[in-house]
Amino acid sequence: MTAAAPSGASAASAAGTVAAGAVLRGPTFGERVREWLPAAVLFVGALAAWEVIVRVFQIKQFILPSPVAIATAWWTYLPELSSAAAYTLVEVVGGLLIGVTAGILAGAVTARYAAVREAALPFAVAANSIPIVAFAPIFNIWFGLDTQVSKMMIAAVLCFFPVMINTVRGLLSAPAPALELMRSYAASDRETFLRVRVPSAVPYVFTALRVSATLATIGAVIGEYFGAPKVSLGQYIVTYSSYLNFERSWGAIVFAAAMGIGLYVLVVLVERLVAPWAADRSGAPA
Amino acid sequence: MTDAAISAPAATPAPAAVSATTVPVVQLTGVSKVFQPTSQGARPVEALKGIDLTVRRGEFVSLIGPSGCGKSTLLRAIGDLTSVTEGSVAVNGKPAAQARRDRDYGMVFQAPVLFEWRSVQENVELPLEIIGRPPHERAVRAREMLDLVELGEFMSHRPWQLSGGMQQRVAIARALALGPDILLMDEPFGALDEMTRERMNLELLRIWERTGTTVIFVTHSIPEAVFLSTRVVVMSARPGRITDVVDVDLPHSRDVETRELERYFELVTRVRESLRRGEGPSSGGTARVRAEGLSA
Repeated sequence: MTAAAPSGASAASAAGTVAAGAVLRGPTFGERVREWLPAAVLFVGALAAWEVIVRVFQIKQFILPSPVAIATAWWTYLPELSSAAAYTLVEVVGGLLIGVTAGILAGAVTARYAAVREAALPFAVAANSIPIVAFAPIFNIWFGLDTQVSKMMIAAVLCFFPVMINTVRGLLSAPAPALELMRSYAASDRETFLRVRVPSAVPYVFTALRVSATLATIGAVIGEYFGAPKVSLGQYIVTYSSYLNFERSWGAIVFAAAMGIGLYVLVVLVERLVAPWAADRSGAPA
Repeated sequence: MTDAAISAPAATPAPAAVSATTVPVVQLTGVSKVFQPTSQGARPVEALKGIDLTVRRGEFVSLIGPSGCGKSTLLRAIGDLTSVTEGSVAVNGKPAAQARRDRDYGMVFQAPVLFEWRSVQENVELPLEIIGRPPHERAVRAREMLDLVELGEFMSHRPWQLSGGMQQRVAIARALALGPDILLMDEPFGALDEMTRERMNLELLRIWERTGTTVIFVTHSIPEAVFLSTRVVVMSARPGRITDVVDVDLPHSRDVETRELERYFELVTRVRESLRRGEGPSSGGTARVRAEGLSA
């Protein structure tokens, strides 16, 4: 088996052997609780320690507000924070959709034509290594200082390269024997593409999607730092930080964090639905 | 895909061709294969040289030889997975490429090459999907084939839930799904442990007897080759050529006892000596037994 990446046709995985008639079952509720318990304990413990440290050492609120202070501010300003978050969410989701769609299409074309691959792939890999957020102020000039479009474009460009590169890798990841098998059935290129290459690529694309969910959030918020209406998470953070009213900035950061995590979890859930065979592949190719 | 290809026989084992008795299933004439070097300065590699071989319907022919003797290349040439530099490969009286388009082959590789996004049943259905069979017919045929390899209970399992030997049996079921004329097997049991391998050998013989499919089987195991085959084709390396063809005159229906017959040991020794002669004292190998006439 030539498969270097953990995808495509299954190599003889003796590890997963089951006896005849054995039924596979998911973890029970109790097992799930036990699985999540350490993380939950750590999270609550860290918040408590934070609160205690801030109080004991009387740390100034503009250096580090306590969790309770942040929660209070978050609750107090919930209406305006919510509208800011909604505004930013549109940019994140829009950018994600544009970037992912373009990335998958570009990746498919790149994987299909060797000439395109040789010409474009080095640039894509190089582009993936540069800090694209540095272009945020420029994108604001190109697409409008306080429009949502300019932030979408930053988010989209951030998502584009990882998605494109992983789409190419995934489509080319099918092991040689799998392609020979299709050849022995005289399968058309289209059949081979749909039945072997695309399913092989799915785990790769989802790996890129998980990264993109985070990148899109980063891109939109940073884009807003350089110019956006006041009802946006980025401007909210910038404004109240300059007033030294950090609880309110932190309130917006909580929303931005929740957005990033929420989108990530959404991608993971969709992956389990679309590609259950790849669900245990969190250590997948990057 | 052409309409003609779709209408190829699928759901039932291919009926014996009218010309079955006259046209050999596989006819290799003067086949040579040279791999051109991929890097500068490297020499071309003569993988196969002057191969003549005839395989008749219903035979079980093993190709055995040291690694690098081109036995896999020969198998791949028969299956039109690689081209030949010289000579001709005729399958059912047509060029190998046409035979592949007519889906005369079932392939089994050393790795099972099962798709993890498909259940066991769906893996077996794959070739039937490709030729456009309706779902019901596919399911019936998959069931039949999985029963044949005694995995009927595992239809809805995922490939990774099966052991290596079971995965390989699924691969065999898939290879037989279109009722191919010829089963091409490239060291299918090479990755299995000895116990499993012996069990798979018995299983394969049973399947061969029941389907009547012609089998061409690449192996590097002498006992396996003798136990399974009606003929063992012995090859030598650099250049890959046939040095001997051993007719296996063991009783037709074989079982665990067969491995204890005196004749079995004689044949194992015979093949082993042929292999040793093929290696030769010098790399040139002067005292070769040529295969000419032995295929008859």
